[in-house]
Amino acid sequence: MSNISRRKFIITGLAVAGSASGIAVAAKVARHHGLIPPDAGGLYGPGETLTYAAQRLLTRHSMAREFPRSEISKNPFANEVDPLGEEFKRLQATSFVNWQVTVDGMAAWPASFSLADLRSFPPSTQITLNGCEEGWTYIAEWTGVPLSYVLDRVGALPRARYVVYRSIQSDWWESIDMADALHPQTLLAHRMNGNELPVPFGGPVRLRVPRQLGYKNVKYITRLTLTDNLKPFGKGRGGANADGGYAWYAGI
Amino acid sequence: MNASLPIADRRARDMSSSATAVPAAHRKRHSALVRVTHWITMIAFIALLVSGGEIVLSHPRFYWGETGNVNMRPWLNLHLPSSRDTVPTGYGYVLPDQNGWSRYLHFQAAWLAVGTGLLYLLFGFFAGHFRRNLFPAASDLSLKQLGGSLVRHLRFERPDEEEAWSYNVLQQLTYLLVIFVLFPLMIWTGLAMSFGFASEFPLAVRLLGGQQTARSLHFLVTILLVLFLLIHVLMVLVAGFRNRMRAMITGRATPPNGVKL
Repeated sequence: MSNISRRKFIITGLAVAGSASGIAVAAKVARHHGLIPPDAGGLYGPGETLTYAAQRLLTRHSMAREFPRSEISKNPFANEVDPLGEEFKRLQATSFVNWQVTVDGMAAWPASFSLADLRSFPPSTQITLNGCEEGWTYIAEWTGVPLSYVLDRVGALPRARYVVYRSIQSDWWESIDMADALHPQTLLAHRMNGNELPVPFGGPVRLRVPRQLGYKNVKYITRLTLTDNLKPFGKGRGGANADGGYAWYAGI
Repeated sequence: MNASLPIADRRARDMSSSATAVPAAHRKRHSALVRVTHWITMIAFIALLVSGGEIVLSHPRFYWGETGNVNMRPWLNLHLPSSRDTVPTGYGYVLPDQNGWSRYLHFQAAWLAVGTGLLYLLFGFFAGHFRRNLFPAASDLSLKQLGGSLVRHLRFERPDEEEAWSYNVLQQLTYLLVIFVLFPLMIWTGLAMSFGFASEFPLAVRLLGGQQTARSLHFLVTILLVLFLLIHVLMVLVAGFRNRMRAMITGRATPPNGVKL
């Protein structure tokens, strides 16, 4: 082996060893700072982790774009949902007075809130874009109680890292990290464009997380669970859509 | 015309006419970094094209401005079948939903393309690749030179021996357009569609004219890039497929007017 090729060999070896340990250290630091999404495993894990980590580093506190009232869509599209079951129809028959949103998991004082409770909490209003992963969008005005207010009320424990939220439709549930859960624009929305939230758009209560796509904005919310671990939920990828092959993080 | 000469003699004669002392068959054409980034970009581009096309099928309609949905009028309707039954396509069937892996693959390939692109840009600027190979000489930018190059292209004339070792001015301008205009536009319009990105850089969306405009432009620039790809491959075929492929794989090529491969 000539001197040059030996030197090349040593440098290459050091570079490979350096990169490998660099990646290991980076993974540890990233995990510590909550930059690894629950769907980081598998073929598309690297790209997904880069996207989630980059957006969390860049946009943790950024605000979703808000629009003037004149830009509210005249014809918003509700998208279709699976047929609503008997339980929903029973609650709908009495104008949802018996609708309950239960908050449990890592909370000091787990509680259930009625629709009247949610309406009595200090409201927040936003005019934001709702977009589907398919590519279509609309702008609407949403009013609701900030999720952070509800989490504060039940005494969310500092150990909690995610909020898992469920629809009355048993096959629709999702989760978000605390950066989104505590974000001031994340609402339990119960009004849209000045009226009660229509059923096709998720009424009586929809989770509005305007920095993520429509499929994270779950309709007909009945339960929120604070947790530090998504593994026990479904297949452990953090949501019904993620279990079905979609990305858990939908900020892109 | 040299039919009477043995092949070996012909080869020697052609090589001796080469302008440099380096044996022609071993002349260097592309640096290792250009070759590696070229093929990685190709892989990423095809992944982006396939997954992007798949994503379009879930809503094959395009709008201008901030918003667009099936209740609104598109400026472009591709009249393709869709993977969603909520889109009125006129077809009696709905394609299977492939957006899960398509979106995963699209963003992973985008990271690969952007990373490779950054490496290429660093190399291009600091190792002199752009200066040596891509920035046209001032003398080449006269109308006469440009016109001449265009005419030679349209006649599918083969380049003369020395010209074949570098890019001509039309190639240079095309590559510069792709590298410094089309690819950056793809990245910009792509990021402008991201809700997270838009929350941090709202101006990036407003400057384009809205999120749906960004989506439309993303699609239109894709068409330009596909057009570039088709012409690029066609030119490789015309200029000598085996020799050009050898140059981009091994880095070395034989002179185009010399030994026939």
